[in-house]
Amino acid sequence: MTELIRTEQLSYSYPVRGVVLDSVDMSLHAGERVSLEGSNGAGKTTFLNLLVGLNKPKSGRVFAFGKERKIEADFIEVRSKAGFLFQDPDDQLFCPTVLEDVAFGPLNQGKSFDEAKAISIGVLDCLGMAGFENRVTHQLSGGEKRMVTLASVLAMKPDVLLLDEPSNALDKQARLRLIEVLSTLPQAMIIISHEPSFLDALVTRRTRLQGGKILDV
Amino acid sequence: MPQFLEHSMTAWKGQRIEHKPSLVDSFDPRARILMAVIFALLVVFSKNLLLPFIGLIIAFVFACLASLHLKRTFRRVIAMDLFVAMMIIMLPFTVTGDELFNVFGLSASKEGFMLAIAIALKANAVVLTMLALVGTMEASTLGHALGRLKVPEKLVHLLLFTVRYLDVISREYRRMRKAMRARAFVPKTNVHTLRSIGYLVGMLLVRSLERSERIYDAMKCRGYCGKLYLFDTMAWQQRDTGLIILAVLFAIFSIASGAYTV
Ligand SMILES: Nc1ncnc2c1ncn2[C@@H]1O[C@H](COP(=O)(O)OP(=O)(O)OP(=O)(O)O)[C@@H](O)[C@H]1O
Ligand SMILES: [Mg+2]
Repeated sequence: MTELIRTEQLSYSYPVRGVVLDSVDMSLHAGERVSLEGSNGAGKTTFLNLLVGLNKPKSGRVFAFGKERKIEADFIEVRSKAGFLFQDPDDQLFCPTVLEDVAFGPLNQGKSFDEAKAISIGVLDCLGMAGFENRVTHQLSGGEKRMVTLASVLAMKPDVLLLDEPSNALDKQARLRLIEVLSTLPQAMIIISHEPSFLDALVTRRTRLQGGKILDV
Repeated sequence: MPQFLEHSMTAWKGQRIEHKPSLVDSFDPRARILMAVIFALLVVFSKNLLLPFIGLIIAFVFACLASLHLKRTFRRVIAMDLFVAMMIIMLPFTVTGDELFNVFGLSASKEGFMLAIAIALKANAVVLTMLALVGTMEASTLGHALGRLKVPEKLVHLLLFTVRYLDVISREYRRMRKAMRARAFVPKTNVHTLRSIGYLVGMLLVRSLERSERIYDAMKCRGYCGKLYLFDTMAWQQRDTGLIILAVLFAIFSIASGAYTV
């Protein structure tokens, strides 16, 4: 099994809060779906931010896709291979229309307008969001926003998915569809969630962030 | 601030959702913007009263063609006319010229009075036209059209982000206001009220700043490198060319009428 992401002795602290992550060792292999549980404020979001270089670790090392990643330039490649779904969809949908938002990633990866459009429509279709292309993003409902953000992450064809509370604000039916979609995806994933039933349906391994450490459950 | 004004300042839902499909919608957004801008410039720079007056009549025609929502339009025009009213009261007394009448030893001049009327006519004509031709598009369409008209990219992005997040921020504001009201907060003239309002505004700023950082992070995650891409389905038709020709005819008429030479 190829190792996709690994951290060694990763530590992080915020000015007021103090130490959030304390020498964390964690790894993700191809084909795995790992849960990351933990109480509110445990530092789960912070950990994912570190993996894609949005925060810089105080000490420790991040390995991703076969290389150690240190500086901003290293992480640009990581971000295009590891799709990060943010906790709040409003932070992630910044384009005026759905199509533009989903196509934003592929265009940055150097695809042409037509290719990007075709990819986006394909992904939206796959998620049951066909016909939403020309909707205005800020007028979508919470659940629709969530699905569109997932589409915009998947459109980049990442090798790894980092999902921060993906089932937030979804009703029962949408949650079931999300489980169905995620379980058919081939990508390795780290899934943060507070819902045991959601995780039970998906994950292959469970971990917990507690007291600054990530432990297998 | 009165409730109805507060609403029109924080929410840009546009007329789009409320107004019935009309003739104006069948024109290309670019043509509508160009028409509105040409019209506004012609009216604003005129030096006599005739052109602004004709302009106001044309603006009414535009408003009818766009079948604007009567109440909403009225609200917005009133919001602006409050400022104009101030000017109409002030100008006759501050501009020197032939005396028209006299209040408490202050003389009101004829020139000032004419100027005030001209400003009122021009302002209403321009606002009404803008509401009819530009205000009836979705704000993001406006952004796209401006982008296609080669307005600098940075300005277009600024507009698009403002449109996108105005709603999020005003929702945040309303949520916090509601939370205050739910805990029996009633604005009074005392220190507690001032401090609470201060917190509210401060929190709004901090939250907006933090959100902008998270949005930038999200953009970096998707490989942002300084460029936004716009998709749209605008198509220039013959009727759009017609509209521009109309604008040019109006320009020729305005110049020929001697409105700029006095
Ligand atoms: N920018 C910041 N400055 C200071 N402290 C912060 C900052 N961001 C987060 N924290 C603190 O760091 C801790 C971890 O935050 P984080 O967002 O990673 O938690 P989380 O596990 O994702 O929680 P939740 O389940 O509520 O999303 C929290 O106690 C939080 O208060
Ligand atoms: Mg979190």
